[in-house]
Amino acid sequence: MSTSILVRLTELAVKRFGPAAQALAPTDDLFETLDIDSLQALDLLTDLEEAFDIEIPDYEIQGVNTLGGLADVIQARQ
Amino acid sequence: MSVVRTSVDGYGSLGELLDDALIQFKSSEALIEASRSREVGRWSYLDFRRISHRVARRLQDADIGAGDRVALLMSNQSKWLFTATGALRRGAVLVPLDYKLTAPEQAALLAHAKPKVVVIEYGLWRRFTSPIVAKEVWVAEAPADAELNGAHRWEDLPSDGTSQAVPRKRSDQATLVYSSGTGGTPKGCILSHGAYLSQLEALLDVFPMAPGDRYFSILPTNHAIDFMVGFVGPLVCGATVVHQRTLRPEQLRGTMKRYGITHMAVGPMILTAVERAIREKLDELPGWKRQAIDTLLEVNSKLTDKGPNHALSARLLKPLHEGFGGKLRFVFCGGAPTDRQAAEFFYKIGIPVVIGYGLTEACTVVTVNGLRPFRADSVGKPVDGVELRIFDADSSGVGEVLVRGETLMDGYLDEPELTAETLREGWLHTGDVGWLDASDHLHLVGRSKNMIVTPGGKNVYPEDVEGALSEVPCEELAIYASQYLWPGAGLENGELVAVIRPEEDEMALVRALRTANRRLPEHKRLVGWLRWSTEFPRTASMKIKRSILAEQVRADAGRDQLSGV
Repeated sequence: MSTSILVRLTELAVKRFGPAAQALAPTDDLFETLDIDSLQALDLLTDLEEAFDIEIPDYEIQGVNTLGGLADVIQARQ
Repeated sequence: MSVVRTSVDGYGSLGELLDDALIQFKSSEALIEASRSREVGRWSYLDFRRISHRVARRLQDADIGAGDRVALLMSNQSKWLFTATGALRRGAVLVPLDYKLTAPEQAALLAHAKPKVVVIEYGLWRRFTSPIVAKEVWVAEAPADAELNGAHRWEDLPSDGTSQAVPRKRSDQATLVYSSGTGGTPKGCILSHGAYLSQLEALLDVFPMAPGDRYFSILPTNHAIDFMVGFVGPLVCGATVVHQRTLRPEQLRGTMKRYGITHMAVGPMILTAVERAIREKLDELPGWKRQAIDTLLEVNSKLTDKGPNHALSARLLKPLHEGFGGKLRFVFCGGAPTDRQAAEFFYKIGIPVVIGYGLTEACTVVTVNGLRPFRADSVGKPVDGVELRIFDADSSGVGEVLVRGETLMDGYLDEPELTAETLREGWLHTGDVGWLDASDHLHLVGRSKNMIVTPGGKNVYPEDVEGALSEVPCEELAIYASQYLWPGAGLENGELVAVIRPEEDEMALVRALRTANRRLPEHKRLVGWLRWSTEFPRTASMKIKRSILAEQVRADAGRDQLSGV
């Protein structure tokens, strides 16, 4: 898992969901830790697609619920 | 509107038909592919022909020809259509697989189909934990430095597209399509070129397209509906197919406006969700505005009661049409039971919904609803070339729907017993239960295997009750016999309960449920409902996987958690 991707992801999560996201560990459940729903997660996904200039098919994010998981998906797309 | 399409008459195969259409409309726009933020490609029919011929050439070089299977595992995108067209030119049998399945499910289907070539997107390919067994595997869109372990890159097509078209007859196999079904192991339906050609002729009469029309492809192309009305259909008519990669719901409207979408196909869930969203927006309008729109809706209904008139409706109800990009003329809806109220609402605003009832075993559709005048109370009459009859009807005329015609499959791959059980003396036993009204319109009540016998000895179909409860505001709802969910837990066998995933306003749900339940005949009334919080498991065509949901309910909830109705 790339650290630089994780750092950027955390920045995006903080921007979207506030300072609580700063303390997210790569293995924390995003939904539980940040108390967000699937629509809010979609907002984050759109942010990161723009930031990394990639598009992530839905089938790649099925079951992904951590920053670490997202970072792996992004890395494979780059 | 004049229809300029390539006539299906006289063609022996889909490959031959598509090849000719690609020449006939050579300067027209065949395909547009957009990403989230920009357009990534636009291809004329001539461009399309060149690329699909390069695919055919590569298949030819790999010695792929008549009857060889080529499996496709890709989301909706240009390479799906290029590959399929190239494979059909080589006389190959297409095996369109569902990209939304899990990798183990896809691997099981590949092991069953034994294709010679597998064409797969990189994101899907890398989920496979063991190598895909095939003569060749082509991986699309792999990053430049990705290690493909002997697989080829889709993009490495030969520059020379000179390739031999392999002629096929109508009786030859065109595809192997796995029926998702609503339970059990998926079945591989063998469908002939004749089945597709016959179906195409009928479909284009009810869902006509012409050069200049733009079809927005959002249902998976591996599914029968998009395969016909989002791939073969538009290309044969000279229309344009629009793909948007990684489509998010909030982007629908922007894409429809940007590309002037005129046609699209959706599943019933989307249709109902859009209808509800529009109604909610209308409810938020100030009184005088709402009144004005209601008046215009009434005027439009009166003026179009004999048949749709898009130009008139779009002028009368411009703000509503703008919500769909302004040019949407036709919506095709199928795959699962369609909510009558939603379809009627769409017609009321001037966008007719073509409701198709069909099954993979019969190519795509068996019946479509009437548009002149519009009727959404039934699934309509059989399309041209298809015959229907009701088998083993009870005293009220309800029985199993049987289908006969050229569109039927030849059988299930490697399943002679199941084939003999399903196809009997030329009739397809659909397993769907329904009745024909005085004007020969088919009304479906449910699946025979889902039938519940009530304590009073009456037959009830969960789908029928779910349809009657369609106005209950909730995310999802499924009907079960209580004893099926909780054997021996106290309620009588056949007493009905609903498993409901509520929206936020649960009070509204309870009120509507009580009202709707009271209106039902006694033997169809619910004795209780269970609050359920997770999404229902569904098939690719969005039918509820009833047995899996029941297992989940059994594991997580007891009969004592039922709320009264």
